[in-house]
Amino acid sequence: MGQITLQGVQKSFGPVHIIKGADLDIADGSFVVFVGPSGCGKTTLLRLIAGLEDVTGGAILIDGRNVVDVPPAKRGLSMVFQSYALYPHMSVRGNIAFGLKMAGIARDEINRKVESAAATLNLTPYLDRKPRELSGGQRQLVAIGRAIVREPKAFLFDEPLSNLDAALRVQMRLEVTRLQKQLGTTAIYVTHDQVEAMTMADKIVVLNGGKIEQYGSPLELYEKPANLFVAGFIGSPKMNFVTGDLARQQGATTIGVRPEHLKVERDGQGGWHGTVSVAEHLGSDTFLYVDAGPQGMLTARYIGELDLHPGDKVSLIPDPARIHRFDDSGKSIHA
Amino acid sequence: MARMVTTQRKVISTAAAWLVGFLIFFPILWMVLASFKTELEAFAIPPSFLFFHWTTENYVTVQERSDYFHHALNSIIIAGGSTLIAMLIAIPAAWSMAFSPTKRTKDVLLWMLSTKMMPPVGVLVPIYLIFRNFGLLDTRSGLIFILCLGNLPIVIWMLFTYFKEIPKDILEAARMDGATIGRELIYVLTPMAVPGLASTMLLNLILAWNEAFWTLNLSTLEAAPLTVFIASYSSPEGLFWAKLSAASTLAIAPILVLGWFSQRQLVRGLTFGAVK
Repeated sequence: MGQITLQGVQKSFGPVHIIKGADLDIADGSFVVFVGPSGCGKTTLLRLIAGLEDVTGGAILIDGRNVVDVPPAKRGLSMVFQSYALYPHMSVRGNIAFGLKMAGIARDEINRKVESAAATLNLTPYLDRKPRELSGGQRQLVAIGRAIVREPKAFLFDEPLSNLDAALRVQMRLEVTRLQKQLGTTAIYVTHDQVEAMTMADKIVVLNGGKIEQYGSPLELYEKPANLFVAGFIGSPKMNFVTGDLARQQGATTIGVRPEHLKVERDGQGGWHGTVSVAEHLGSDTFLYVDAGPQGMLTARYIGELDLHPGDKVSLIPDPARIHRFDDSGKSIHA
Repeated sequence: MARMVTTQRKVISTAAAWLVGFLIFFPILWMVLASFKTELEAFAIPPSFLFFHWTTENYVTVQERSDYFHHALNSIIIAGGSTLIAMLIAIPAAWSMAFSPTKRTKDVLLWMLSTKMMPPVGVLVPIYLIFRNFGLLDTRSGLIFILCLGNLPIVIWMLFTYFKEIPKDILEAARMDGATIGRELIYVLTPMAVPGLASTMLLNLILAWNEAFWTLNLSTLEAAPLTVFIASYSSPEGLFWAKLSAASTLAIAPILVLGWFSQRQLVRGLTFGAVK
């Protein structure tokens, strides 16, 4: 079991409020991603759950028991750090076994568990090497091995892939997701990379300025962002926002349209007219940055190759069903 | 062509390095040579480099006139004792400053270092009076005390730098893994800090061994270490170059041997953090 509930969790460092009251319900076995810009408090929130920081207020419940006064090791969680944080003087075997050794488990059983964890992660040939003899990806696998061998109630991942190069990151992303599904253990994963968030999560927590902006499945966040912040943060390229008369006609202060929901027409009628200022040709997609006069700079995404170049006149027609409306305070208006 | 230039450069820089090394080493070499000369040859001008009448009579005289082993034992006890006590105080001090720093940690460190900026002679009189009143003059414990205090700032400073290099994440990982503070110390921190601890100890030992100001001023015979033993040869009766050299050679021999065997450790320790 690994059900985690946060009730009004607060954290201040002196006069600075990092977490301003977080409420959250994380279901057993789910993969939850904390995402947000740097400094939003996502790592702090994770460290509060881990017990590496003490809460200033509120309660953290793991399987119904309040653990705010329980030391980290007794919470039954394990953590994977961004810097891997392996013990440099121990072999891979020693690193994975350390937690079990601290728990006073019999040597035979430790060996059996370490070997099975190593086999799961394809680390068997490296068991007797030191961390410095491994590549970055392998080191992170050892860190994951160290986490899974203890059979925790939940895994806590603190930006575990950000030290890896892009190709390896994609590969490890799949690996972590596969492993979590296979083990069925609750996982909380912190990242600033919204692609990681969208691809890995069952549910995403979007944090901003120490507050939870929205909590929902990746597609909920994409299709029904609760406010301007979430709308702008989730999705790449970023959602286009238009204010002024156009928005007022729709009964909103701001309207938003995602780049992929703008139909691009060459010298077409209707829609928003503009001039291409930059065109990015990726082969699979074409990104157009269009100067649309009163609507400002708009981004449009076309699936496939579109033979447009800077200076070309285009019109952008928003899909009427995909226009997001926001009120004065930035909240979504739902019809 | 490019290769030739590199080789040539290599030869020149190697030669230059050897020359500098030799220049630094020369006084020690000269001292060792002089210790095997007669007093007359030690003064001779032009000096003879290798072709003189080799003799060990200086060593015999030195041992007859004063008890080398008595002073050597004092040196070992004083240097060793002050190092040990300094380490015992410095480890927890550096530890807490590295792992739970406060707003004032930087100031404390600077203040400690600032105590090394004053010339020791500035406090000679008060220290001498304290020693006299407490009956610490010419005692080993008194010298251990003063040398330990003298080196403490440097020891704490060095250890602080080592501990600071240990990533906090690793300690947190150990905490998540269920290690108590004690086990974290034994299984994780100490093994990682050993090179730093060793080189700090070594440096402190060398500093204490060679310390002359306090030992000369605060001891005469009973507690006198090798520094006093050397100094006794530049006496009012006149300078005895050969005997002075013999005494000096004897005095620096142990620390030279220790330094020789631990130079790798020492260099690694001193450049720790700077080169990674």
